[in-house]
This record gives sequence, structure tokens and C-alpha cells, in this order.
Amino acid sequence: MPQEFVCDLREVWYTYSGARAPALRDISLRIQRGEWLGILGSNGSGKSTLARVMNALLIPTQGACFVEGFPTSDTASLWEIRRRMALVFQNPENQIVGATVEDDAAFGPENLGFPPDEIRSRVRSALAVTGLSAKAGKPTYTLSGGEKQRLAIAGALAIDSPCLVLDEPTAMLDPVGRAEVLDVLASLHAQGRTILYITHRLEETLLCSRVVVLNNGAVVADGAADDVLSADACGGWGLEPPPLLLLRKALIDSGRIPSDTLPSYTALEAALCPSS
Amino acid sequence: MRFLNHMTFGQYIPTESLIHRLDPRCKILATTLLLTGIFLADHAVVYILWGVALIVLAGASKLPIRMVLGSARPVLILVLFTGLLHLFFTDGTPLVSVGPLVITREGIRLAAAMSFRLVFLVLFASFLTLTTSPMELADGIESLFSPLVRFGFPAHELAMMMTISLRFIPTLLDETDRIMKAQIARGAMLDQGNFFRRLQSFLPVLIPLFVIVFQRAEDLAVAMESRCYKGGSGRTRMNPLCWKNSDSFALLGVALGIVLVECADRNLSWFVTPLL
Amino acid sequence: MSIVVSALGYTYHPGTPLETVALEDISFQLEPGQWISVVGHTGSGKSTLAQHLNGLLPPQRGSVEVDGIPCRKGEGRLREIRRIVGLVFQYPEQQLFAETVFDEISYAPRNWSCPEQEVERRVRTAAERLGIPEATFQRSPFHFSGGEKRKIAIASVLAASPRYLVLDEPTAGLDTTSRKELLALLKELRSSEGLGILLITHDLEMALEMSSRILLLHEGRRFFWGTPDELLPELTERNAVRLAPPDILALSSRLLSRGCSVPLTWDWETLANALNRDPSFILRKNEADECAS
Repeated sequence: MPQEFVCDLREVWYTYSGARAPALRDISLRIQRGEWLGILGSNGSGKSTLARVMNALLIPTQGACFVEGFPTSDTASLWEIRRRMALVFQNPENQIVGATVEDDAAFGPENLGFPPDEIRSRVRSALAVTGLSAKAGKPTYTLSGGEKQRLAIAGALAIDSPCLVLDEPTAMLDPVGRAEVLDVLASLHAQGRTILYITHRLEETLLCSRVVVLNNGAVVADGAADDVLSADACGGWGLEPPPLLLLRKALIDSGRIPSDTLPSYTALEAALCPSS
Repeated sequence: MRFLNHMTFGQYIPTESLIHRLDPRCKILATTLLLTGIFLADHAVVYILWGVALIVLAGASKLPIRMVLGSARPVLILVLFTGLLHLFFTDGTPLVSVGPLVITREGIRLAAAMSFRLVFLVLFASFLTLTTSPMELADGIESLFSPLVRFGFPAHELAMMMTISLRFIPTLLDETDRIMKAQIARGAMLDQGNFFRRLQSFLPVLIPLFVIVFQRAEDLAVAMESRCYKGGSGRTRMNPLCWKNSDSFALLGVALGIVLVECADRNLSWFVTPLL
Repeated sequence: MSIVVSALGYTYHPGTPLETVALEDISFQLEPGQWISVVGHTGSGKSTLAQHLNGLLPPQRGSVEVDGIPCRKGEGRLREIRRIVGLVFQYPEQQLFAETVFDEISYAPRNWSCPEQEVERRVRTAAERLGIPEATFQRSPFHFSGGEKRKIAIASVLAASPRYLVLDEPTAGLDTTSRKELLALLKELRSSEGLGILLITHDLEMALEMSSRILLLHEGRRFFWGTPDELLPELTERNAVRLAPPDILALSSRLLSRGCSVPLTWDWETLANALNRDPSFILRKNEADECAS
């Protein structure tokens, strides 16, 4: 029975052993199916901890986390949870196991014990979606950063995880790699997958349907991207609004463009120079 | 250091040939038989037969004979050293005196025999690695040792360790190169000075490498776990090993060939004095 | 007294199937107190270029001269060059190895055989510049956060008192606050100590903002060499360099072509101010008011 909420965090606290302060404070968050949720925060805000709690790599010290109805504290449901919620890490290098592209994409399905034919077809379609089909037999060390991250996503697709959690996937990539990853995610979102995107770069969250901001382990904002990302509050959270939003705000404040202008460059251009 | 990118471990050359298509288990077993056969050889003439076998194998694997012979290059120094040792320090009927050292007839025979054995050993072992990808080798070893799992032998873990280590070799080489350059840029004399000076300068290269490797191990373990890795039990493979008739024929052929060579060897004593 | 690069060329693995021309016919100059940004797509030869400036790679074609000293194989003066040109690699925190922060930062000056007192002075100066408190000198460099480790690594290069500083993507992986701090520091080093800075980056906006001159590389060749202002029109016209022009710049260019009186700029504030002062704005506002009433 498909649950309404892909992930349900109820008053979750987490403290690393030996740490003085909790990394997560009283987090209550519900993630709907098909959402593209952006989780923003500066370094030390607890975003990575949150990702690991959601994937059952860490169990909350207090409170509970449910993934598709399964409690993360229940060891029997561990593999069910990990199958439904795939995690893509920040360092593209340290999550690739296979020597070739298709070997690595097959790692997940092999772990789950699928028959060889099924593994092969899953790998093929996963590589097609992420645009890596041409590189299927190539060694993984020859891939660029962006390609490696796409491979990690392909691995998640191969086990058919309905939800992807990405922990700062573009932090170590160049602009080309960043664009590649975001493109793939956009198409996955369009297909109905739930995406949890953790980052400190605000411009990447403009594609998200909903944005949650973490500061010092607590949720300080939760809503639509342009509501949350106003210039004033961001500074206090250690985040820098992208030039697009700053420009838009300046132009709205002066009355140059209507306040309902969408946060995109095309919308700005259209509002500034309406074709007459 | 980038040149090593195109040389993988054991210099696997991916070509389409009869030998390449054989099951790796067959090749591992056949190589073991071949190596045993070489050590049983007594007569010089037999080595000619082994030479012929080598040429036949090279042809069957579509590898240029020059490339196959080239794989023995790293051990030439060892072969020379062993040969010289046997040449000068074997008791028997003296032939020539070179200063205090005496060359005996037995010495010549022994030197020749040992040198040939070593060279053939390396050449036949290279055949295995030239025609079998590291992945296949790991799979083959895992499969061959799997009956020992019930006695506690970690066949799967061994194979997994092999695969992961091999996958990271090019990456580590790049990182070593980078760290060496960073330290040279700070004045380290890695390319100058006597042996001990250079050794001392290598600590600033080794320590960062260790840090990288340990961090990688930790990250990778977490990534593997989050991709549902739970060890060898229940795990399938995308390209499972499949023992075919051609493998049985090949193995039997090798076994037969060795038996025939051995017979020839023993009967040769009728015509030629044994070498040893 | 400057770094002079003329017609520099370098090929990896010449004569093998892996032969790649990394650099071809590159010429430029770095003066003390100048900030040059080297921008280009991945594989355009930026890192190869950086290694030539420090004597790590000898030029195969053309020449590199640092303060009059030629960088040549077997020249024997490469160590001198490495003293003058400090090189900070990408993710420099990966080079940390010492037992204490002090040992780490003093590594370079000790290698250059500075007397112990001088070493101490340099370590203190470098640490102060990077904001590394003296109280932490005896701690292990591995006990710090990523950003702090990077500061220690950069301090260790600065401690050699180089005249020029070459940095390969120094802000990679840093969050906004750390990034701003680092750029401010580099700016200060340039103005107060007259350090010549060569910065390799993908970030065109950063290059446009901070540099006195920009060197744009494309597939190993010099695509552009000039001031940021000279570069702006080139960026909007041609997209041949596999580097997307900064969005604000693209927007200002499109607005310009549609008749708005705005300058060609990458800075949102400049654009906003220009748009708000646009005389045609008043006209349109009146039109809008008329339509509304």
C-alpha cells in the first residue's frame, strides 16, 4: 500500500556520540510523494546528518523517522528502507565500487539478488536515463565528476528507488557537471520520482517545489522557494541568495516589475521588456 | 603518471579470441596445470615443446608474440641473477675458471634449466592476466574457493577486496602524483639527494595518501551499505560465470598435453641424457 | 621582474597512442601586484599551465621565465623558482601530513633552509594572515574542519614568502562565507604585499570581479587575453569556449539588444540600479498607470 508520505520525521533529535551539542533539534518534516524538496543550510547546519537519518544510516537519538511507513529504528526493515531511499554522496569518487560503468550500476541489483537478465535490463535503462549508455563498458576512473555523479544516480535507478536523497552532489563538480546532474534530476522529477536535494547553493534549489532551511540543526523555514529565499533572512542563516533573486527583489521593490514575476531570467526579461 | 591509465593490472588486453572467451576458472586451473608441467620438465628438448605451446597459445589469443614476451621483461634481472648464481656456484665437473669462480658442466645445465623455467613461468602466468580481466579473475577465484566457505574461508570477501582495490589503483596513482607535486612545490627533494634523503622526503607523501585511503574506505563502506550490500549471501551477478563445453575441452586438452609432454620427457632419456 | 610565458607548448605522452596536446602557443605575463585569472573548460590546460609556472613541468616548446630565471630541464635553478612562485593545488588540504600545525606550516621554509628563528617568524606571519590562532600551533592539523585545513595548507605555501602565488581553484568545495574570506585575503595580499596572483577557476563571475587581466583557454590555446571589460562583449557573442556566460551578463546583453539603456555587466546591483534609472521606465510606468485607470 503506497504511503502518502515518502518520509515522515517526528520530533527527531540526533547527537553524535561524544558531541556536546545535538546535530539535529526537534525536526518534524513530512515529504510527499513526487516532491522535489530542497534542503538548504550552511556547513554545520545538520543537513548531512538529516540525509543519513532519512536513509537509516543513523538512528535518531530521540523521536522517530519513518520511510514509506517503515520505522528506521527497526533493523528488520533496514533493507526495505535502503531500497526505497537511495543516497547519493558528495564525493563522486568514494561511492563508485565497480571497475566499469555497467558493473557499478549493477552493484545495487546484484546485492538485492535479482536474476542476471533482469539486472542487465535494469542497468541498461538506468544508464539510458542518465545519458551514460555510450560509456557502459568504460572504466569508471575515466569518467568526469559529473559523469560519476550521474552513475551514482543510475545505481539508484537500477534498484528502482522511488526516492533519491542527494547530499551536496554538485559541491565538487565544475559548472558543466552541475548542469548535467540537475538536468537528470529534472527529468527524473518529471517522471514522478521524489527528490531530496541537499545543498548550500541556493540557485540550485530554484527548481525545487519546496525548500526547507536548516540552521543549527533546526528547521527555520519551510515553503515555496521564492517565499523562503528572500535576501534578508538568508544572511542570518549563512546562505547567499543567488544574483537572480537579489535582482528580482530589487526590481520588485522599486516597482519596475510586478511582484508576481517568476524567479527566472526569462520571466525577468519578459517583465522588463514586454514585446509590444 | 597518466600513462598507467591505459595499463590495467596484469596488462589485460581486451581482444576477441578463443582464449578470451574461456571461463576464467578454466583458465586459472589450466594455468596451474601448465605451471606444474613446467617444473616437471627435465630435458632441454622439452622446453622447445613448451616454446611451441606458447606460440600456439599466443596465436589462439590473438596477441602479438612480442607483447607476450614483453611481459617477462620485469623479471629478466631476476632470471639473470638466478642464472649467474647457478652458473658459478654449482659443484661438478669443472669446465672453465673465471678468477676464483669455477663454471661447471652441471652449472651450465642448471643455470639454463632454472632460467628457462622462470621465464616460462612468468610467460604462462601472464597469459592468464593478459586474457582475463581483473573482474573475471576475481569472480573466478571466488567461485573456485566457494566450496571452502563452509569452513570459514572468506571467498566472497576476498574477491570483493580484489575488485575494489583494482578499481582504485588508477585513482591512487593520480593522487600520489598530485601529492608528490604538492610537496615538491613546497621544497621537498623527492627527485634529488641520496637514498636515505629521498626516503625521508617520502613521509610527506605517504601520510596524506594513508589519510585519503582510510577516508575512502570509510566513505565506501557507508556507500556500499546504503546500496543494500550485505555480504556475499544472496548476491547474484549480472554476468555470472558459465562453464561451457569449450572450457571442458580446453582444460582436458591442457591436461592431456602435459601428460604427453611428460611421457616424451621420460622417454627422451633413451636418446638424450637428462639435463638434471 | 615578472613571470614571462612565451609561446608555451606542452604535449603529454608524445609519440604514443595517448598523445594529447595540453597547451599550444600560450603567451602572457604576470607582474607583481597583478591578479590574473585563468579560465577555461575542464581539460583546457589550466592545471598544466600552473605546473609550468613553478618548474614542476619543463616547457617542451616556448619558454617560461620567472624573474629572469628560465625554467628549463637540467637548468639547476628550479628550486630557486619554486621559492619565488608558491603553488596551491586544488583541495590543498590533501597535502597535510605533519604532526602539528606549526610543523606543517614550517615545512616549506625549513626545506628552503631558513634559519630556525626566521622559520618561526614566517610561520607566525603566515598563520596570522590566514587567521590561524597561535594557540592551535601544537595541535594536529587533522583535527580541524575542511575549511580550516585549507587555511593551514595555504599558510604553509605562504610561509615560504613567495613573490607570486598560483592557486588552482582555491574556492572549490567551500561554502559562501569561507569563499568570501579567502578572496578577501588574496585581495589583501595583492595590495599590501604586492604579491602577483594567478588564479585558476571555472567561476567566470569571480574572474571578472577580481582580476586585472583574464586569460581564457580553450582546448589548450589562448582564446582571450585582456581586461575583464574587454572580455564582456566576447563572452556574450561567442559561446564557443564551452563556458556559459554569467546569467546576469547574458541578461544585460539581451536587454541591451532590445533597447534598454543598461551597461554590459555581470553584477546584479549595477544592472538593478541601471534599470531603475532607465528613463524609458518612467514612460512605461505611465502607460501602465493609464491602462489601470
